[in-house]
Amino acid sequence: MTDPLLSVQNLSKSYGALRVTQDVSLDVHEGRIHAIIGPNGAGKTTLISQLSGQLRPDGGRVLYGGRDITRLDMAGRVRLGLARSFQLTTLLPGFSALENVALAVQAREGSSFRFLRPAAAEQALNDQAMACLADVGLSDRAHRLAGSLSHGEKRQLELAVALATQPRLLLLDEPLAGTGHEEAAHLVDLFARLKDRVTMVLIEHDMNAVFALADTVSVLVYGRIVASGSPSDVRADPQVRAAYLGEEAAPC
Amino acid sequence: MTDLTQTLARPRARLAGRLKLALCLFAVLAVVPPLAHAAGEPFLIVVATRMMVFAIAALSLDLILGYGAMVSFGHAAYLGLGAYAVAILSRAGIDDLVLQLLAAMAASALFAAVTGAISLRTRGVYFIMITLAFGQMAFFFFVSFSTLGGDDGVALPARSTVLGLPLLEGAQGMFYATLALLVAVFAGLYRLTLSRFGRVLTGTRESALRMQAIGFRPFPYQLTAYVIAGCLCSVAGVLLANQAIYVSPAYMSWHRSGEMIVMLVLGGVGSLTGAMAGALVTIALEEGLARFSDHWRLGFGLVLVAVALFSPGGLSGLLRRLGLVRDAT
Ligand SMILES: Nc1ncnc2c1ncn2[C@@H]1O[C@H](COP(=O)(O)OP(=O)(O)OP(=O)(O)O)[C@@H](O)[C@H]1O
Ligand SMILES: [Mg+2]
Repeated sequence: MTDPLLSVQNLSKSYGALRVTQDVSLDVHEGRIHAIIGPNGAGKTTLISQLSGQLRPDGGRVLYGGRDITRLDMAGRVRLGLARSFQLTTLLPGFSALENVALAVQAREGSSFRFLRPAAAEQALNDQAMACLADVGLSDRAHRLAGSLSHGEKRQLELAVALATQPRLLLLDEPLAGTGHEEAAHLVDLFARLKDRVTMVLIEHDMNAVFALADTVSVLVYGRIVASGSPSDVRADPQVRAAYLGEEAAPC
Repeated sequence: MTDLTQTLARPRARLAGRLKLALCLFAVLAVVPPLAHAAGEPFLIVVATRMMVFAIAALSLDLILGYGAMVSFGHAAYLGLGAYAVAILSRAGIDDLVLQLLAAMAASALFAAVTGAISLRTRGVYFIMITLAFGQMAFFFFVSFSTLGGDDGVALPARSTVLGLPLLEGAQGMFYATLALLVAVFAGLYRLTLSRFGRVLTGTRESALRMQAIGFRPFPYQLTAYVIAGCLCSVAGVLLANQAIYVSPAYMSWHRSGEMIVMLVLGGVGSLTGAMAGALVTIALEEGLARFSDHWRLGFGLVLVAVALFSPGGLSGLLRRLGLVRDAT
């Protein structure tokens, strides 16, 4: 098998006595969707934050494309193609949806030390931003302020911004939470289409989506990976059923 | 709510609204000298000049405080650096305004680059404290500068010349030179806030985390804005020295820095037209209230309390709510 795109080795992180990440190791291969599921407070967001560079782990390493990026900051990782979407939306509320996305395009295209030309008039930025908005189904909201969008639309915009960085690996923290039924279906469809271009780490509570999309599923409980494997294996794992799926087993 | 956000999002309408009010202000200012003469109150020209000088200073502070969310409590240092550049150069026999402006901006850029690089390592109230500390450092440096009068300051032999011509000699020349520089600073900052750089700066104000998550490291942009603001404020300092024909460390005291923040709060933080209006109104009130009573500060305080209570967005917020303008410039 080829080398993994992302390799997490013995990662650990504690908040005081609380061990949020305990000796987590996992490999994510190019072109795959690797889902991470687990109960509330299991440490999923904390794990993603360490992968994206927002948080420093206490121990362990993160390798990306064979390179050790454990000490690289978030902006540096984004430039290498490692983008994330946030569980709690982190948008620029006073910017329009289009401007939010165009800024992400601007980050990777050309210098931002340009002082006189109005950025809003840069057709190249706007065109690429509009394409990303169309991808997530937000074209008709382009000129709305991000702060005035509905909760579900903000989730879609989060995703459009992440896509605008042209990621090779996308870390998705509950992208479907708070979206309506139709929007969720649209996004699941989008992830399936994106799979050829973008590798994904997907955290999601919607089990139907997880089992429809994921190639690999890892189960995180109390900061520890208790099971990892193909969706059907994980679903059958008695430990997993007891620890996590028990309460949601019905639909599966 | 929906109506407002839709209007806000229409870029063209937004630009037009932004500029119109500022242009009106400039037009009104341009006719102050003839009107003051006609009214037999030439003293008003001097007052208006001071108002515009502080409008330049407030505009420069708005770039970092309003657009960059960097609350500097030491911005008056650049007013002082500009003023002392005039004093030092004229003592060395260099009277040309352009050379003095260049020297003031170079000195300010250096001071801002060094102190900004250190201050920007901190956040929030620590940033306020450390910029205050650097401002006081500059203040005490000039207080102890005895060859330039120390605490008492020093009178200048004459106003600066422009290409050898004594254009600033009369109150009117001084007034129009200040107005020209005010318009230039406003126009420059207006363009800048809409540029790529301006977007990064305002984006960082809204969410530094988001900016990092799309690949920006805010520090170089914030430092650049800090340096630009320092340079522009020193222009106001050069004009202040010329207007008063006198230079003193009092220009850079922390009271001045605080007063500049008050101007922004009064006019509306993060709005260029608001910053300008806030400065004009503050100085006008100072001069006006000082005529009526020695206790004018009390009156000014009451005005500020009223603004804080009834119009959190300052003057520009008030106009917006009255429907006179549609956005924050
Ligand atoms: N900054 C922090 N300081 C202290 N404890 C924290 C901090 N951030 C998270 N925690 C704790 O760490 C644990 C894991 O949090 P995390 O947000 O990673 O969980 P999660 O799996 O993403 O949960 P959810 O499904 O609710 O999103 C929780 O118990 C949380 O209270
Ligand atoms: Mg979470």
